Amino acid sequence: MCMQNSFQHAQAAHCESGVTRNLLQHIGINQITEPLAFGIGAGLFFAYVPLLRINNGPAIAFRSFPGIIFKRTCNSLGITVTRKKFSSKQKAKAFLDKKLDEGFAVGCQVGVYYLPYFPKEYRFHFNAHNLIVYGKEADNYLVSDPIMEYPTTMTSYQLERVRFARGALAPKGQLYFAEHTGNISNERIKAAIKKGIKRNVFDMLHIPGPIAGVKGIAFLGRRIKNWRDKLGPHKAGLYLAQLVRMQEEIGTGGGGFRYIYGAFLQEANNYFDKDELMILSDEFTKAGDLWRNAAVQASGIYKGRLGTQQDFNMMGDQLIEIAEIERQAFLKLSTVNQHL
Amino acid sequence: MNTFYISHKTCRMKKDEVPQDLGSLGKITKEVCYATDASGKYTTELSNGWEVKTNALDVTWDDINQKIAAAKQKVLNNEASPILFFMEKNIMNTGILSSYTGFFKWQIKRHLKPAVFNKLSNKKLTKYAEVFNVSIEELKTMNVHAE
Repeated sequence: MCMQNSFQHAQAAHCESGVTRNLLQHIGINQITEPLAFGIGAGLFFAYVPLLRINNGPAIAFRSFPGIIFKRTCNSLGITVTRKKFSSKQKAKAFLDKKLDEGFAVGCQVGVYYLPYFPKEYRFHFNAHNLIVYGKEADNYLVSDPIMEYPTTMTSYQLERVRFARGALAPKGQLYFAEHTGNISNERIKAAIKKGIKRNVFDMLHIPGPIAGVKGIAFLGRRIKNWRDKLGPHKAGLYLAQLVRMQEEIGTGGGGFRYIYGAFLQEANNYFDKDELMILSDEFTKAGDLWRNAAVQASGIYKGRLGTQQDFNMMGDQLIEIAEIERQAFLKLSTVNQHL
Repeated sequence: MNTFYISHKTCRMKKDEVPQDLGSLGKITKEVCYATDASGKYTTELSNGWEVKTNALDVTWDDINQKIAAAKQKVLNNEASPILFFMEKNIMNTGILSSYTGFFKWQIKRHLKPAVFNKLSNKKLTKYAEVFNVSIEELKTMNVHAE
C-alpha cells in the first residue's frame, strides 16, 4: 500500500514553510528553500490582540495566519493546490487514504496537544501545526513533521485525533496538496519574490488599526509598561514568558522569524544581485538580535531576577525600538522592491 | 545605533554562537536555527535549546502545576468534582472541554459539582474519560499513573 518511497523528509525551522518546501520538492520543484517559501508566502507578521487570551496569556503572533504561506507561495508560482476540510472523520480518513494511494504527499493541519511524539512540555492546545503524511503501512501513517530530525509514524487513531483537535483554529481534518505543474522558471520565481515582499510590506506597515504590523509591536511595548501594576508581578511574568515562547519556541527559527526573513532576503539577492537586499538582510538580522535581547530582559522578569517598574519600562522600550527599526527596514525594502 | 548593537552582542545569532542549552525538546529532537557564518552569509545550525526559552516554558508549567495542585485540593475538600482536576491537568478550560466532549459549557459547570458528578451516567463519564485519556475508575479516584 505504501506508494511514497520517493518522499524526502527534511527538517525545517518553521512547520508551514518546511511543509511547503517539502511538498514542492515532492512534485519536482527543487528551487524553493524554506526561506524562499517563507518570504514568497509573506510569512513575517506581528499581531497583538488585547482582550483575547490564549492559554491564559496574551494573544501574540509573529507569523501570518496558518495556511497562508502555502497558499500564497503556490499561487505566486502558479502551482495548483487542493485544500479540503471535513465534517466527518470517516470521510477525512478515506480522502487521505485515496490521495496517498494516488501517490500524493499530503499536508495536514493538526493540533499538537495529542501529538504522540512531542514532549509533554510542548503539548499545548495549539491547532496550527503542520505536517506531511506521505504513506501508510498497515495501520501506521508515515509522517514527516518538519520540526523533527527524522520521519515518524502515527496510528490511524492518533492521526485522527490530531486532525480533529478542538478549540481555537480547529483544523477540522484540513489537508492540502500541490499538483505537479512542470518546471518553474527563474523569471517566475523572481516575480513571486517581488510579490511576496510587496505583500509583507503591506502586512507590516499598512494594515489599519493599532494591533497589527510594526504598530502592533509598539502597542504591545506600551502595554507591557502597565503590566506590572495591572496584573501584578507574577502574572506579568507569565505573560512575558508567553511572549518569549511565541517568539522563540520551536517553529520560529529564532528571533520571531526575523532570521528566516533575513535568510530570505539573501536568497532573493541570488536572483536579483542587488546589494541593497544584502544590507536589508542585515537589518532583519539586527531586528532578530534585538528581539532576542528583549527575550533576555523578559526572562530576567519571569525568573524573578528583575521586577521593578524600571525593568518593565525597559522591556517596553525595547519593543518600541524594534518597531521603529522594522518600520525603517520595511520602508527601505518597499523602495528597493519597486526597483527590482 | 551601532553602539547599541555592539553593547547587546551576547544575542547575536552567529553560527557558532547558536545556543546549545539542553531543554526538554532537545532530548527528543534538535531544532533548526537560522544563523550567519563568518562571512555574514545565512546558513542553518541545529540547536539543543536556549536557556531563556526553557525558563519561559518552565515558569509556564510551574503555574499549570500549581493550578493542578489547587484543583486536586478542591476535589479532596469536596468543593469540586474530579473533572476540575483533569481539566487543569489537560490545560483545558470549559470552552475547550466543551468542544471535545460535546457537552455545553453550562453542563460542564454542573458536572464540576461533586453531587452532580456522583450521579453521572457511565455514558457521560466515558466521554470525559476518553478526552482525558484515563479509565472511568481513574477519573473517579484521580489515581493516575504518570505518563
